[in-house]
Amino acid sequence: MPKPILTIKNLTKIYGQNVIFQNLNLTVNEGDTVVIIGPSGTGKSTLLRCINLLTRPNEGQIWLDDLEITAKGTDEDQVRQHIGMVFQNFLLFNHLTALGNVKLGLTKVKKMSEEEATKKAMHELSRVGLADRANHYPGQLSGGQQQRVGIARALAMDPRVMLFDEPTSALDPELIGEVLEVMRKLALDGMTMVVVTHEMGFAREVADRIVFMEKGHIVEEGSPDEMFNHPKFDRTREFLWKITELYGKKEKEAE
Amino acid sequence: MDFSQFLSYIASGTVYTVGVTLIALPAGLLIGTILALLYVYGGKVAARVMNLYSTVFRGIPPLVLLFILFFAVTRGVNLSAFWAGSLSLGMVSSAYQMEIVRGALLSVSGDQLMAARAVGLSRLQAIRYVVLPQAVRLAIPPWSNEAAIVIKDSSLVYALGVPEILRRAQLIGASSQRYLLAYLSAAIIYFLLVYATTRLLNHLEQKLSIPSNP
Repeated sequence: MPKPILTIKNLTKIYGQNVIFQNLNLTVNEGDTVVIIGPSGTGKSTLLRCINLLTRPNEGQIWLDDLEITAKGTDEDQVRQHIGMVFQNFLLFNHLTALGNVKLGLTKVKKMSEEEATKKAMHELSRVGLADRANHYPGQLSGGQQQRVGIARALAMDPRVMLFDEPTSALDPELIGEVLEVMRKLALDGMTMVVVTHEMGFAREVADRIVFMEKGHIVEEGSPDEMFNHPKFDRTREFLWKITELYGKKEKEAE
Repeated sequence: MDFSQFLSYIASGTVYTVGVTLIALPAGLLIGTILALLYVYGGKVAARVMNLYSTVFRGIPPLVLLFILFFAVTRGVNLSAFWAGSLSLGMVSSAYQMEIVRGALLSVSGDQLMAARAVGLSRLQAIRYVVLPQAVRLAIPPWSNEAAIVIKDSSLVYALGVPEILRRAQLIGASSQRYLLAYLSAAIIYFLLVYATTRLLNHLEQKLSIPSNP
């Protein structure tokens, strides 16, 4: 019986007059990779930001394991430690080296000793293949390397679930592969992941479940096979066809 | 009186000029930084109060403020002209320094703060370990400008009778009737002070710059 790590019930987010999404329901089971796709402006990124409480939803509940994190009086800092987040624009701390970026949460949040933190951080950097870049600053790294440091930084906190907000959208085509490779490995290692992406190759190959969102609603969700080969709705078929066409071309050009 | 005596008389006022600057500038930095943090992170009411503070202090000539503060403060407390002048200039400068620090904070904040919070840092930790170290680097160039202004504005305390460079130039100019030479000497000393300070801060800026590939 699969164990849910993340349970989202009737989630609603409104900015002013603008309804981003309404009554959204989603469950993510332990070890699963859920890929969220959909046109831009659909609320995918906002959904991720609600999950780690960077923005507060207007209504609805989110549970992380058995803890309702949207409940009043929740210690947000405590919750965020357990939810890793990888951003589209990497958002590394520019004044710190790769090692410093990964270590900051360990020393300041987990209160590890300098030595312990360095050891753990180096381990995470090797996991993303960047141990030899530990002393480089973000400005000295390529986009792909920066994003891998971003992943290592999130992993170092030993999160229950990792959120990826279009992790490869800001990368040159030839740098996308190295980031996807790290993510693929993570998924195989059993990390629970929620990934917003347009990388259909990754979705098809790695996702346990694909969720198609549009205009603040989940249109359809299912296994990659169901979604790509037997979608229930025409809109799903249409979107997947378009996006595969578009990104498939880009992937070929990059080869 | 030969020229070297002439110059050394004026230059001995440097102690006061440097003294005023060394009080006004750090005092302004301390107050300015605290106010900037309140401005950016203290919510709407604090932001309004800070905005008012900044508008008022930047809207009045420093010399006028100097007199107001001098006569208002010394009425209650026994404060020397030197201290009254230095602290007044520090308050004026704090409004400008607040704007400098605020600008630096704002240009780092946002995304960097969010990324820090996402790792699990508290708001205070995020500001302390992620935003401030980067903001300091951004603030150095405009701050160097403000440092130059404070050095030059320190000449205003001559109006309170503090025997700093300008005051001495005026005195010796009057007694020797060599006004042009006196004020030129003062100008050269001020210039050297400002030049040395900006060079020093330039050096600091380069030393603290974050390595990156061209």
